[in-house]
Amino acid sequence: MTVSSTSHQQEHGRFMTVMKDILARPSGLIGLTLVLFHILLALLSPSIAPYDFKLQNSSLMLSPPSSEHWLGADHLGRDILSRTLMGGREALLVTGIATPLAVIWGGFIGILFGLVGGRVDEVLMRIVDAFLSLPWILKMLVLIVTFGTGIGVLIPTLTFFYGIPVIRVARAATHDIIARDFVWAAKARGHSRISIIWRELLPNVLDTLMVEGAMRWSWMLLAFSSLSFLGFGVSPPIPDWGLMISDARGFMSFAPWGVIAPVIGLSSLIIGINLSADALAKALGIDRAQKAPM
Amino acid sequence: MPQSPFIDIKNLSVGYTSRSGKTIPVLRDVNLSITRGDSIGLVGESGSGKSTLALAAMGYFKRGLHVISGQVQFDGIDMLNIERNALQRLRGGRLALIPQNSGQSLTPNLRIGQQITEALRLHSDLPATSFDAGVIDLLSQVRLPDPVGLTDRYPHELSGGQQQRVAIAMALASNPEALLLDEPTTGLDVTTQAHIMELLRDLAKDRNLAMLYVSHDLGAIARVCNKVMVMYAGETVLTGSAKQVLLSPRHPYAHGLLASIPRLNETSLPQALDGRPPMPSETIMGCAFADRCKLADRTCYSSSPPLNHLETGEAVRCFHHDQIGQLNQKTEKSARSNPVAADKDTALSLANLAVSYSRPRLLSKLFALQDTPPSTVDRITIDIKKGETLGLVGESGSGKSTILKTIAGMVPAQSGNIILNQTEPLDTMVEKRPAAYLRQVQIIFQNPDDSLNPRHTVAQILAQPLRLYYGLSGTPLRDRSIAILEQVRLGEHYLERLPSQLSGGEKQRVAIARAFAADPEIILCDEVTSALDVSVQAAVLDLLDVLKRQDGTTYIFVSHDLAVVKAISDRVAVLYQGRICEIGPVAAVYSAPFHPYTDALLGAVLEPDPDVAPRLKADDAVELSPPNLGCPFQRRCPRKLGSICETNIPTAQEIAPGHIIHCHISQVDL
Repeated sequence: MTVSSTSHQQEHGRFMTVMKDILARPSGLIGLTLVLFHILLALLSPSIAPYDFKLQNSSLMLSPPSSEHWLGADHLGRDILSRTLMGGREALLVTGIATPLAVIWGGFIGILFGLVGGRVDEVLMRIVDAFLSLPWILKMLVLIVTFGTGIGVLIPTLTFFYGIPVIRVARAATHDIIARDFVWAAKARGHSRISIIWRELLPNVLDTLMVEGAMRWSWMLLAFSSLSFLGFGVSPPIPDWGLMISDARGFMSFAPWGVIAPVIGLSSLIIGINLSADALAKALGIDRAQKAPM
Repeated sequence: MPQSPFIDIKNLSVGYTSRSGKTIPVLRDVNLSITRGDSIGLVGESGSGKSTLALAAMGYFKRGLHVISGQVQFDGIDMLNIERNALQRLRGGRLALIPQNSGQSLTPNLRIGQQITEALRLHSDLPATSFDAGVIDLLSQVRLPDPVGLTDRYPHELSGGQQQRVAIAMALASNPEALLLDEPTTGLDVTTQAHIMELLRDLAKDRNLAMLYVSHDLGAIARVCNKVMVMYAGETVLTGSAKQVLLSPRHPYAHGLLASIPRLNETSLPQALDGRPPMPSETIMGCAFADRCKLADRTCYSSSPPLNHLETGEAVRCFHHDQIGQLNQKTEKSARSNPVAADKDTALSLANLAVSYSRPRLLSKLFALQDTPPSTVDRITIDIKKGETLGLVGESGSGKSTILKTIAGMVPAQSGNIILNQTEPLDTMVEKRPAAYLRQVQIIFQNPDDSLNPRHTVAQILAQPLRLYYGLSGTPLRDRSIAILEQVRLGEHYLERLPSQLSGGEKQRVAIARAFAADPEIILCDEVTSALDVSVQAAVLDLLDVLKRQDGTTYIFVSHDLAVVKAISDRVAVLYQGRICEIGPVAAVYSAPFHPYTDALLGAVLEPDPDVAPRLKADDAVELSPPNLGCPFQRRCPRKLGSICETNIPTAQEIAPGHIIHCHISQVDL
């Protein structure tokens, strides 16, 4: 047995312990269950939705829940249950691709800034701060209005803007780690820069980035739904929670079911992601909250 | 007439609930009573429950801990069932706490006067008009110079020792009747610590306080306390008067603990206390200390000993307390390696080394302003022989770690030379050094929690130097790693562990193993034992000495602890503000004649012996930078001659062969 194979076992063992730890926490169990449920639903909803999501039926316009249409119908007489079941597909697809991309580019740049340090880092970080100080919706709307809507624009836009806060976090984590003695020890031994980054820095920064990624995911979902709500996200008739809320909000006083169903869909997914991120942070031991005494 | 106990803890058990729902005790059936005028020292290794007990005395338990059974009374008040408001009035009122690093817990944006006024407003019955006078009175009670001027200063303008005094003044603001101290001097320099100890001792006497003093430092306990309680694994194992416990301990654990402390009047290494205390979660059969005890027999493993109250007034939890005398015969002092022969080759020579952290500012560069501050480290000239251990000792800011970092190539030298093996210059930063030089100089850091990558297993940690310097991989790498682990007395099964799965001592062994894996010529040890318990420290010192004898390695051993340096070194250099005050063989430096600074340092060492009082020579002021001209110690020196000390660099006086003192005072008068 060689050392490298045992180190793989170690990584595997760590994944299992972290997973076990997450599932042992109520927040982790509930959160992961919610997230998995939503992912399954997104995959299976086309085959389990009772009606065609685009089918309009003027006789059903704004009808309340009934035995045929469990959650009622919207202003065009479309089945709300079918549309809600499918309303997360687009959001999960776009954010599911954009989140890892955002963490990768933001993490890369952040680690780079952290390593460069000094005045260059200071100046670059002020630019990052300037970006962060603008309302995000404004920046995104400018890009979307310029380049048009659709997945091809939404994914790069979300990736770009949600990578910027990751830069901050990755840089801070890098600063923390490179000041520690084990990095100095590696340096004093004469390891190359690449080796120090790869072996000493990355494994320790990755934990932070994973938690950050999970948090960014939920923020990104909210942003995506907000864009849809404003009419810049998914184009009709594809169902989306943000768009459904937007469409139904005019009739909220007499047909509230149109809003309630997509709101539950969206918030349960976001809560699920947040709870999982929380449990992940605790399991990895990078949680800021107080620890148990032992 | 015996006083009734002021703080009375009866049969207290405290524990936490584990994930699996089991109650795990941290304190087990502890009794402690303190009358006014008593000061009780609470000692034990980390994890023995001493801080938990001290906090319990004020009815406080850390998050997750709960009382399983027992009582805590303060002057007849039941602290466990007291109304919240009343408890808050007591805490910081009649019962004050001075925690670890309390100097650093002062609010940074409030002036000293405001902070103490706040304490007076909350906890004293002084009328608001006399707050100012009260503040000045308190500051002078803790012997701070210029109390009036101090009230307008901010905490960061004060030195660590002064901050600690302000914290004590705040605790005294309420005129407390009882004082709880939790490692109040940890992190302070020896001279500062000695001054604070004298202050606490006098305060306790003048105010007739009931004092509970938690510390791992038996020297401090000996100075302040009249009674001592030794704790082990959450239990009381020995109580008695300070003299009884510190001079003739009746429990094997206390005996081992005391034997593991390096002392100034001994030349040998301290006796290591092997093993580690049980974790709270382990179920203990019999005596908790049996695994580490040389007197243990079958009874000790099967039944747990009761706390025996002896006629002499001590209480001891041991079946064999009458056989302690045997321990003195059983424990043979570990012999020190022989001093190095003078004809050995020089392993490393430092010639006129200077280091400066200050970079010339743009403005001063432009206008060629001559305001360069004096170098942090200057005029360091030392030749270190092969196989020798050189101790560098001094207070914080003495530049001892800077010298190590410069040798390791992590800080650039301003001027001077570092030459390895007489021919190989180490004048570049680490990135530019040839690989062959790099391997020969290794460094061990102070805190193994910080120097071992938390995500690497022991195997990965050891693989780093072995791969880098020897290109090992596969089975040879593993075999070599195991061999090195065995050298530091850890087994093969440690290979797959992460640092978080090791105890403090084991971690430092791994760090030592990593340094020795390179098979270096020189190992730089930077305060390698100061983050460890004394018992572990003794074991690590012993290990370093054994390894050195095997491999003929040269050590440069940096520490603020004079007794530790004495125990391990062949030669010692005493540093102040980055300049050498005195250098010579251990025996010569630790005996007269002294440099005034060496004298002040040695005088401030607190021995774990209640009969030995420190001799306080210099004050405990902290200087941030060395003076521009003259002797570095001029501003604190109690024997300053006059203007010559301020203008001329003191000449090196060779007192005996190899023993050099840098001082203007003539050899006869030193």
